[in-house]
Amino acid sequence: MYAEKLTRKSDCQWSIAPFGSMRVPVTVFADRELLKGMDDQVYRQAANVAALPGVVGASYTMPDAHWGYGFPIGGVAGFDARRGGIISAGGVGFDIACGVRALRTGLSYDDIERCKDQLATLLAKRIPAGVGSRGKLELSPSEMDDMLRGGAHWAVSRGYGTQVDLTRIEQGGQMNEARPRHVSDRAKQRQTNQVGTLGSGNHYLEVQRISAVYDEAIAQAFGLALGEVVVSIHCGSRGLGHQIGTDFLPRMVKAAQREGLDLPEKELACAPIQSDLGKQYFGAMNAGINCAVANRQVLTHLVRQVFADLPPGGDLQLIYDVSHNTCKVEEHVVEGKPTKLHVHRKGATRAFGPGHPDLPDEFQASGQPVLIGGTMGTSSYILAGTQRGMELSLGSCCHGAGRAMSRKKATKRWHGKDVVHHLASKGIVIRGASLRGIAEEAPGAYKDVTVVVDATEKAGLARKVARLEPMICVKG
Amino acid sequence: MGNGYWEHYSHRADMGVRGFGPTREDAFAQAALAMTAVVVDPKRITPKDSVEIVCEEDDDEMLFWYWLSGLLFEMGMRNMVFARFEVQPIEGGLRALAWGESVDTARHEPAVEVKAATFADLEVSRNKKGVWMAQCVVDV
Repeated sequence: MYAEKLTRKSDCQWSIAPFGSMRVPVTVFADRELLKGMDDQVYRQAANVAALPGVVGASYTMPDAHWGYGFPIGGVAGFDARRGGIISAGGVGFDIACGVRALRTGLSYDDIERCKDQLATLLAKRIPAGVGSRGKLELSPSEMDDMLRGGAHWAVSRGYGTQVDLTRIEQGGQMNEARPRHVSDRAKQRQTNQVGTLGSGNHYLEVQRISAVYDEAIAQAFGLALGEVVVSIHCGSRGLGHQIGTDFLPRMVKAAQREGLDLPEKELACAPIQSDLGKQYFGAMNAGINCAVANRQVLTHLVRQVFADLPPGGDLQLIYDVSHNTCKVEEHVVEGKPTKLHVHRKGATRAFGPGHPDLPDEFQASGQPVLIGGTMGTSSYILAGTQRGMELSLGSCCHGAGRAMSRKKATKRWHGKDVVHHLASKGIVIRGASLRGIAEEAPGAYKDVTVVVDATEKAGLARKVARLEPMICVKG
Repeated sequence: MGNGYWEHYSHRADMGVRGFGPTREDAFAQAALAMTAVVVDPKRITPKDSVEIVCEEDDDEMLFWYWLSGLLFEMGMRNMVFARFEVQPIEGGLRALAWGESVDTARHEPAVEVKAATFADLEVSRNKKGVWMAQCVVDV
């Protein structure tokens, strides 16, 4: 029903004009092929977001969008506090600041080929991954609060990484608005020994070779060269983030009822930004972001130790770290005026263009590095944010391939052992604790990431810089 | 085990869990088993230790959501998986014992963690034959 209302703005941009209770249009970024595979539920959920108070501009969906809860996965929306705007726990999701970071190694494809199995085994042994894995750190209550306030700064101050790393993380690796006092004891208890763990599901650690460079100048600014090897880490805020979402969702459902908001789905649960509950969630959610970047920082340290212990060595330098499930206060131009917005990105990546003040000097000319994860059998991409994207999508773009098939269907179609053997024949070494987990994450269960990235570039949201092919994948 | 049965249903990125039983509490117990089965084959779990979970909520659907969320908290905190559930109604909620054991990666081969129970598809109902059903999508 919603698909019929789409009107074409360009080959990769479509719009649904406001109707019913919608306050703003829905803007869909996708090419015709992606549109065909997009469930009507994506448009319905984006239209629901377009009806929330204080929403500004449009409710956007990225080319990898799929049906989520409340907000679609791949959904972006900005809310203005001065227009009664809301903040939504459902609009961020349970895995707060789940994201990707990429490290260049200075090593070549041949360097890694010579020790691939040994490296895969050592990474799988040293990186806590999968259900029930525990990190080596056990945080006391006061140290937990320090971590939640300090984010990656906390990790670096304890020896996990360098000051240079911090310049390569959104907001310098620390959300100053984090308020650990608004994070429940249960959330903190769940995190006690989960710092420095990968998690499970679609989380992974990959060793990848750079198989194509599309923009030499930007690749150089990012430190990328054809044939060199990169390490990518995909994980989030672990038990703490999941529990923050669980704690605030029912409270926001009740708050929305009190506000007289008619929510078509409970997962749209939200509270006015200016309300006590809205402020408490914002403080807790920012602590969740800090937890996620601290987690990826500790994992980076563990990866560096593994490389240091193997013959090729390598000098692992952080290219960038992006978070996918967040609500951040950003300044965007609204009706010609700079306006502070609470930008929700659920399964979407911040992609700031050249000249943005949040970017370090070295990326001022290129725009922000944007890391797009593929599957364990397909390419990943590194993109760069554009000025056009700032205007089109609040500086946002896709975050990955996006699932095309449910986990249930994937396990019916593939067996984990077959997936491992098939990928081995393509030279990709897989390490994972669970064969069922590997089957659920089979490459065929995802959309074609290349189609997603091409549509993102054609829409103007970001530009392609380099393509990465997996060599080793440690599955969570 | 117990009265009733459970099933999974497809959701694009995640998994739906659904339990059926002659009472509301039986349906809740079966849905909890369905949630366990997202993580690990319940037949591989020895129900040797128990954990008590108490939830207070008047609304059936929210009570079910609190029940699964409470269970996830215990799974995460204790690093346990559960395979047997005794759920009893109490004034304004439920009291339950969940029986299970610590995660043994080699023996259990857990596939994926459940991050949270969601409000998506959240439903608790009773059909004309008196069979209770409880369901929601879980985030993995």
